[in-house]
Amino acid sequence: MKYVDEFRDPALAANLAANIRAAVRPDRHYAIMEFCGGHTHAICRYGLEDMLPDNVELVHGPGCPVCVLPAGRLDMAIDMAARYGVILCTYGDMMRVPGRDRRSLLKAKAAGADIRMVYGSLDALRIARQNPGRQVVFFAIGFETTTPTSAAAVKQAEAEGLENFTLFCNHVLTPSAISAILDQPEAGTGKVRVDAFIGPGHVSTIIGAEPYEYFARHYRKPIAVSGFEPLDILQSVLMLVRQLNEGRAEVENQFTRAVVPGGNQKAKALVEEVFELRPEFEWRGLGTIPQSALRLREPFARFDAERRFPVDYQPVADHKACSCGDILRGLKKPADCRIFGTACTPETPLGSCMVSPEGSCAAYYTYGRLRAPERQEA
Amino acid sequence: MDGSLGRGTPRRRKLDLANGRVDLSHGSGGRAMEQLIEELFVSAFANDALDRRDDNAVLDVPPGRLVVSTDSFVVSPLFFPGGDIGSLAVHGTVNDVAMGGAVPLYLTAGFIIEEGLPLSELKRVVDSMAAAARDAGVAIVTGDTKVVERGKGDGVFINTTGIGVRRDVVAPSADRARPGDVVILSGSIGDHGIAIMSTRESLDFEAPILSDSAALHGLVAAILDVAPGVRVLRDPTRGGLSATLNEIAGRSNVGMLVRERDIPVKPAVEAACELLGLDPLHVANEGKLVAIVDPADAGAVLAAMRAHPRGAEAAIIGTVTAEARGLVQLDTTFGGRRIVDWLAGEQLPRIC
Repeated sequence: MKYVDEFRDPALAANLAANIRAAVRPDRHYAIMEFCGGHTHAICRYGLEDMLPDNVELVHGPGCPVCVLPAGRLDMAIDMAARYGVILCTYGDMMRVPGRDRRSLLKAKAAGADIRMVYGSLDALRIARQNPGRQVVFFAIGFETTTPTSAAAVKQAEAEGLENFTLFCNHVLTPSAISAILDQPEAGTGKVRVDAFIGPGHVSTIIGAEPYEYFARHYRKPIAVSGFEPLDILQSVLMLVRQLNEGRAEVENQFTRAVVPGGNQKAKALVEEVFELRPEFEWRGLGTIPQSALRLREPFARFDAERRFPVDYQPVADHKACSCGDILRGLKKPADCRIFGTACTPETPLGSCMVSPEGSCAAYYTYGRLRAPERQEA
Repeated sequence: MDGSLGRGTPRRRKLDLANGRVDLSHGSGGRAMEQLIEELFVSAFANDALDRRDDNAVLDVPPGRLVVSTDSFVVSPLFFPGGDIGSLAVHGTVNDVAMGGAVPLYLTAGFIIEEGLPLSELKRVVDSMAAAARDAGVAIVTGDTKVVERGKGDGVFINTTGIGVRRDVVAPSADRARPGDVVILSGSIGDHGIAIMSTRESLDFEAPILSDSAALHGLVAAILDVAPGVRVLRDPTRGGLSATLNEIAGRSNVGMLVRERDIPVKPAVEAACELLGLDPLHVANEGKLVAIVDPADAGAVLAAMRAHPRGAEAAIIGTVTAEARGLVQLDTTFGGRRIVDWLAGEQLPRIC
């Protein structure tokens, strides 16, 4: 397929892999975190780890929106649907995520709640138009990539006078999560080591590459903003290996075909108009992070599902055997979790990392569990 | 008064197929139901067994073993690019019987109709079913009609049971694949699932992609002509090619190694999958089959399939292995190797 095959060319891949092998110094280890779940998925789907030298390690980051959403927020969505009888519109990925007492949207739907899978906020708007007598809540999750579409939906609802549409806002911010990774107590102990970052691609099309300058300067971590095709990722790894070899810590943009300086000004202005920072927000695995998430501004309060359909937020502890928290922080790999592939599978997920295709555990399980033979199913 | 009830037998108004709707009386067992059956179903499906109007069908069966399969169809929407629930209800069950190596002969049909369904739509479905059955050479020999209240169904649900006969020498089954066998696919994958997806109201997405819904027993007959010992025949419907290969790998306790570049995918389907974040290997088909054959038969089977209109794009896509038993592995066009897993959860409900 045109414009896709070019980025999956095996000959170019072999060439890049050879260049990486030639560039790495045998006397050192390269720990590179791909922040984004989309990158994790591509790495597993195309078997990229097999193409890298042994001393280049890919550490999987927290950039999977489904994975970092705490179960308490999911419970709030379930409660809104069950208690207020709203039509809850959600991305399909969220349906099977376990909440408190192993509740899920899928089970709530089976029990009678009106929960509908949508591909985006505009589908939710249409459902609101088609059901003027019902309240429609869009369960908005995601990093900066999806936030502008949520903002646009709110603005559109305002323009149309759609009074039965509200947004349950769970949008979170990438730079806050990178800070949390670098500032976690284990960061200096050698338990978690990140030498460099493969920076988010889609997020950066919105916010630009500039927000990462701080991490390059302050923490001396090289960052390569990367596209999601396998060749993009290999090229980014090569760029980071070279930076580390040369002692540089810069923000480089591999994804130049989509990420422009300053990002998408229009989208940023829209987000700024509709949303403001929350003082703090709980992340799965990373704990409570100040100023790491967004909520609707006062002028848009009537589109805020949390205000129209108040429900309590109760933090929910992860299943005690689940290692999602450590995996999201780069402390563990999926195969290090003792329930990976046994009690926890994509069919019966105990942790959110096993649910979303972008979650590390699901990606490992789906594409690569042969590589962890000791954990393989009997 | 002469005691008569009027001027002879009451004249019944014909069903208003243009503007009428199904109502609860059409399922009540009374005259309205009889009329619906007569004017819509019997006239469309006409055959000797049905024409006897009994509650059962008495069938002639040639020598061999009976192969029976049943399937229920709840697809939404009822009409989609390349087909509808009626033709699908024939093809789906005909194919399940055919995958047993049998010649499908008869179908039964049960209809669960929602009150309010326009009779014109029901007629379109029934006519399409009749045409599909005629094309496939199977007779719809007995049936049933129920009507449920508005809101308790979704237009119409159809159950079909297929009956076929196979020769004793033929015995394809999912547990018969052996290491060294060759995996052959009859054509491009993902057409049906993407065609359905393109019509769903929540997806503003219009692709010029038609469902591949089709009866495959002709193709099966062509395969059996050259390789009566074919090990496995399967049509990869829900769950797509990945589910079918995984099921065979599990049931036969073998591994599978397939090559991505040899699996035909139409460019439009590939583009739609890319856009929607789907893997074509997980997308449903309704007119494709996988044949697993002894390597000695592979050339003849491939040639026979390609000579048949339903198998023109047939390709050898991989082999059965003794390694990694129970798992399906894929050599990607990119040069890596990965597992092809079952699809977890539902990609899209009610595609068939």
